Amino acid sequence: MEVPVLKQGPFLIATVQAALTDEDLVHLRRAMVERVVIARSLGVIIDVTAMDIMDSFASRTLREVAQMIRLRGAETVIVGIQPEVAFAMVQLGITLEGVVTALDLEEGLNYLKQKFNSSA
Amino acid sequence: MNHTIRVPINTDKDIVAARQKGRALALSLGFSEIDSTLVATAISELARNIVTYAKRGEIRIQADGNSKGPCILVIAKDKGAGISNIKLALQDGFSTSGSLGLGLPGVKRLVDEFEIVSHIGKGTVVKFKKWKT
Repeated sequence: MEVPVLKQGPFLIATVQAALTDEDLVHLRRAMVERVVIARSLGVIIDVTAMDIMDSFASRTLREVAQMIRLRGAETVIVGIQPEVAFAMVQLGITLEGVVTALDLEEGLNYLKQKFNSSA
Repeated sequence: MNHTIRVPINTDKDIVAARQKGRALALSLGFSEIDSTLVATAISELARNIVTYAKRGEIRIQADGNSKGPCILVIAKDKGAGISNIKLALQDGFSTSGSLGLGLPGVKRLVDEFEIVSHIGKGTVVKFKKWKT
């Protein structure tokens, strides 16, 4: 299941469409870092609204995406973590520390626009 | 009601299949969205342990219960190398594979009853129950 990535001005928006396998997640990590370089993006939004769960592997991989992208000087925002998914993550011991999260795509874009003072 | 769903675990795709079957059964038993997600997350972690450490195994999911109500019973079984120190494996932060190391203690927190039996060279069986609340 490939995750479609849309370019919107200086930002990239990746929208997860369904449950992801480990391989899908690893592919996403690579694709996002590559796209940020090619598009010279300032910010990335990963919309995980459609993700059924966020287990230790998924959260570790998404945190790695954010860290890699930060090393490029860009910022990642994870949006759309469902309430039941958030509940299970905290019970499991996952906090996604150091990663910016936002309620939904709109809030995520607002955050990036403010941060980079962009009108995109 | 005691029909057992068996999911062979060989690849990362099977991890998704197992957790989706677990969630579907939980929802069909009237579990809340939160509890169904807890069941799915616990299955995902156990299935990944099988793929990572034992390469192959099986997850069995079944409806169970008593007069107090229904529960879901999950059994994750593999014939891998086994866990030499279960006490250590159940400690937060412990991992032999360089992962986050919160697999087993995390799973234990997600469920109501948790049991692990492992024999060196023979494999590991993890059982858990989650009751409908």
